[in-house]
Amino acid sequence: MKSFCVFKKELRLYFGSFIAYALATFFLLLTGYFFYTDMIFYDLFGDFQDITASLWAYYFQDVRFVTMLILPLLTMRLFAEEKKLGTIELLWTYPLKDPQIILGKFFACFLVYVLMVLCTFVYPLLLSSVHSFSWGPPLAGYLGVFLLGATFIACGTLISSLTENQVVSAMSTYGVLVFFWFLNWNEEAVGPQLVGIVVRFSLFDRFEDFSKGVIQTDNVAFFLLATFFFLCLTLQSLESRKWRGT
Amino acid sequence: MIEVENVTKRFGPILAVDRISFHVARGEVIGFLGPNGAGKSTTMRILACFFPPTSGRASVGGHDVATSALQVKQLVGYFPERVSVYPELPVRSFLDFVAEAKDVPRAERKREIVRVIESCGLEAVSDRIIGHLSKGYRQRVGIAQALMHRPQVLILDEPTIGLDPEQVVEIRKLIRDLGAERTVILSTHILSEVSSVCDRVIIINQGRILASESLAELRAQLQRTRVVRVEAEGPEPQLREVLERLSGVETVRRPEVRSRRPEDDGAVALLVEYTGDDIRKQVSRAILENGWELLEVRSLEPTLEDMYLQLIRDEEQVLRIESLRD
Repeated sequence: MKSFCVFKKELRLYFGSFIAYALATFFLLLTGYFFYTDMIFYDLFGDFQDITASLWAYYFQDVRFVTMLILPLLTMRLFAEEKKLGTIELLWTYPLKDPQIILGKFFACFLVYVLMVLCTFVYPLLLSSVHSFSWGPPLAGYLGVFLLGATFIACGTLISSLTENQVVSAMSTYGVLVFFWFLNWNEEAVGPQLVGIVVRFSLFDRFEDFSKGVIQTDNVAFFLLATFFFLCLTLQSLESRKWRGT
Repeated sequence: MIEVENVTKRFGPILAVDRISFHVARGEVIGFLGPNGAGKSTTMRILACFFPPTSGRASVGGHDVATSALQVKQLVGYFPERVSVYPELPVRSFLDFVAEAKDVPRAERKREIVRVIESCGLEAVSDRIIGHLSKGYRQRVGIAQALMHRPQVLILDEPTIGLDPEQVVEIRKLIRDLGAERTVILSTHILSEVSSVCDRVIIINQGRILASESLAELRAQLQRTRVVRVEAEGPEPQLREVLERLSGVETVRRPEVRSRRPEDDGAVALLVEYTGDDIRKQVSRAILENGWELLEVRSLEPTLEDMYLQLIRDEEQVLRIESLRD
């Protein structure tokens, strides 16, 4: 497993440069604030009925939003920093294959994300100590959060491999993710033939079912395939050096 | 060990390397010499499998760089021109990553890391974060990563740039020691480095190889005209006239740079270029016969700098003539 050395190196860089700590802090502050406010609403208006529709659905859609804000900042450095520092020259001249490099980086970033998300488990745990509820829906929601995050990270990895500027990398990732979010806003305007296709590509629509506690195989498959698709494009982008120069 | 045949590398419209060919035998230390932008780094990057050539064939240890890159990468230790290290990592964990990436077996990893740390003089800083080290130490970390896993071929792109003189001497010694058992390609534009370290030089300019010879051969080839430096007290025009009349003398000119010392006041320094036998006796006799004071007559060995500049000037002339013909 040659990817493992890249994986370990990336983790050391994330935790050595405090990016991971800084982003995790904001991630937890924001998700904590949202969980608190969503719970207040649940208390005031939800009447302690149907916790899935009046708490989890709101909470996970807020987490989705925070994920979109945080992940581009986590992925922006993956390749862009190596290009800027010139360390990509080492990676490419070591006996490592491109897929190994990509997978090592992807999983290191994903692990940082998973750790951040796992910290938010505190919120439902705290709630369960004062109010009993069924664990199925929130767990389905968390599965959705992980899958959505994996897709976002793969997308960010691709964009990071296209530039050596981390700011450009982050901004473009925001652009792409916001595009996928907005896809279903004015979807009726794109015409009756296209609407069916466009809606299917909306990452955020796919997530809605998870936030309502529903795990659909097609949604799981969609996120896994989208992740795979972005990683394959990253591989193509890295291989372009063979005909493009640097 | 290294074979390069008709290799060309283009970046869009820019021709970085133009049909170059050369061979390097096992155990040879080669100096790659050329002005900035000559194509040195591009050639080295091709050999290190950073990118494949546009056309032509390059192989290391019998493995083609384009088709069996993984085998080549296992043979080669590469030090890139831009010292590239992860500034946030401590030296030891960086080297740990390198060892793992270069397939050093787990059991030997610790020993190997200690070995490269020692051979690059990094003991004192091995637990410090690379970004906090001085440029010289970062450079050594870069060399340490290239030495990891005892590669049979070392490709070092300007390894001594930015080091202090003491470190330069140390690194050169290290390279000489390494060259005893393995093949080294070293690029530089410091000419004394080549004469102190290399067996052979390859001079490259504008993507083409101008010369690929041992230093002695290069010197012999370029020694058609010899130079004597004369310093005397006397009227300069007459001095010149007398010297120009000696047999074999081609030109008499002032040296381009001259350090001025107080005792030089009134002295005239001239360079006499000539062909044929040693001219020093004739020069000193001529000056004394005219009643002037002779201060110095010295034969100048052509330095590597002269040879290099001459080659590059010749090449540029050829290119200019070719372009005029077009």
